Amino acid sequence: MAEATTDLKRTPLYVEHLAAGARLVPFAGWEMPIQYTGIRDEHLAVRTDVGIFDVSHMGQVVVSGRQALHRLQHLVSSDVRRIPEGGAQYSLLCNEAGHVLDDLFLYRLGETCFLVITNAGNHPRDAAWMRSHGEDLDADVSDCQANFAMLAVQGPNARGLVQRLADGKLPPRLHCCERTVAGVPLLVCGTGYTGEDGVELLCDPDQAGPLWAALVQAGARPVGLGARDTLRMEACFHLYGNDLDEQHDPISAGLGWACAEQTGFIGADAISKVRSDPALPELKLVPFVIEGPGIARQGNPIVGGGVVTSGTYSPSLERGIGLAYVSAARALPGTTLQIDVRGTIREAVVKTKPLYRKDQ
Amino acid sequence: MADPNYPDDLKYHAEHDWARIEGDEATFGVTWYAQDTLGEVVFFTPPTVGAALTKDEHYTEVESVKAVSDVVAPLSGEVIAVNDELSDNPQLLNDDPYGKGWLVRVRLSDPGEVDSLMDSAAYVSTLS
Repeated sequence: MAEATTDLKRTPLYVEHLAAGARLVPFAGWEMPIQYTGIRDEHLAVRTDVGIFDVSHMGQVVVSGRQALHRLQHLVSSDVRRIPEGGAQYSLLCNEAGHVLDDLFLYRLGETCFLVITNAGNHPRDAAWMRSHGEDLDADVSDCQANFAMLAVQGPNARGLVQRLADGKLPPRLHCCERTVAGVPLLVCGTGYTGEDGVELLCDPDQAGPLWAALVQAGARPVGLGARDTLRMEACFHLYGNDLDEQHDPISAGLGWACAEQTGFIGADAISKVRSDPALPELKLVPFVIEGPGIARQGNPIVGGGVVTSGTYSPSLERGIGLAYVSAARALPGTTLQIDVRGTIREAVVKTKPLYRKDQ
Repeated sequence: MADPNYPDDLKYHAEHDWARIEGDEATFGVTWYAQDTLGEVVFFTPPTVGAALTKDEHYTEVESVKAVSDVVAPLSGEVIAVNDELSDNPQLLNDDPYGKGWLVRVRLSDPGEVDSLMDSAAYVSTLS
């Protein structure tokens, strides 16, 4: 609360957030809504109906030109060749040591044009890194953050709500296409960060206000970053800065599936060594549930080694949940962990992903 | 969560606690501002009956979805009752912070300490 707010950036929806009664907090250099009515209400709205998030703080980089695919493949961990035109893919940006600089979503807008979505706090570094690697290839890397506002509409009724305002069929999951929604031309992507069905919408910043208003009018409930965090934790999605950072490799983080070392991306050799050494990784990221009372938080140590990297109260499970790096020997589902929560030992059980499923 | 409200019949501590003084006993809780800042409370682990509380020192914690928060004793004394209903239904702290959301009842060891607490108007002036 005491953090200076003078240098914070505001999204094009700042006025809409104030009008909706948002509590705004500093986040990754932006003044963002953490909640409107309450984290639990907003969380459950996304699980049962439809919520709308302003995620305009997230960054965009466009890689385009004759050798765009080659340049992007040099930069990111996943097999970019497998993205069809109009397709989407989760990926990682790694350094030579095979450690994670950021996690990304890639959209293939055309044969030689890719849109990369970055995390707000990493965006300037990502853009600079991407511009300064693979420069010998015939492709441009441009920072397009100022060109886009980004909204996420998520929940079991999200797709239907957006579809009713759209001029054509929405793309399926992990696909994207251009559409007009509520009269606003935009890119619709079948992606999200909640574990629910839904879409993400990228539009001109000047159009964000009317688009937001139309979606709220149609029944989408504004949801802040607080519930975004509890939702993603139930779904076991990583948050960069918590569960991913330059101290951790993708294999330890459980993201080996997003790494195609044979493509030779920056960091592939180091990641390949971790994957092929039976003694590695020493630590693995696991989801856990606290069976009794108590909530573990980021930084709480695990007795015997390891640390909680994300922890919160799960409004769906009504228990403490989280993600922790633990020794490989403790990473098996069903293992009991003892977490030191401010001096009180709380017992937690290692689970499989995701922690929340629709049919529970 | 209704609108901000700070009843006139309570005494207030700067750490966002209230005390309802009744002779040499008092009931403690946290203010509307405290519960609003915390957001939805999901756990309250009460102290044990008989525990000795010291003014200005933390004696229990309440935990919301967002964060855990220490609760400071506005006055010194011995716990003579705890709100077990709140442990079962922590949301009461948000719904009714001055009523069903009370935390503990205390036999005061130094009723003179009451003079150091603020009235409603003085407390509200610290919030702006």
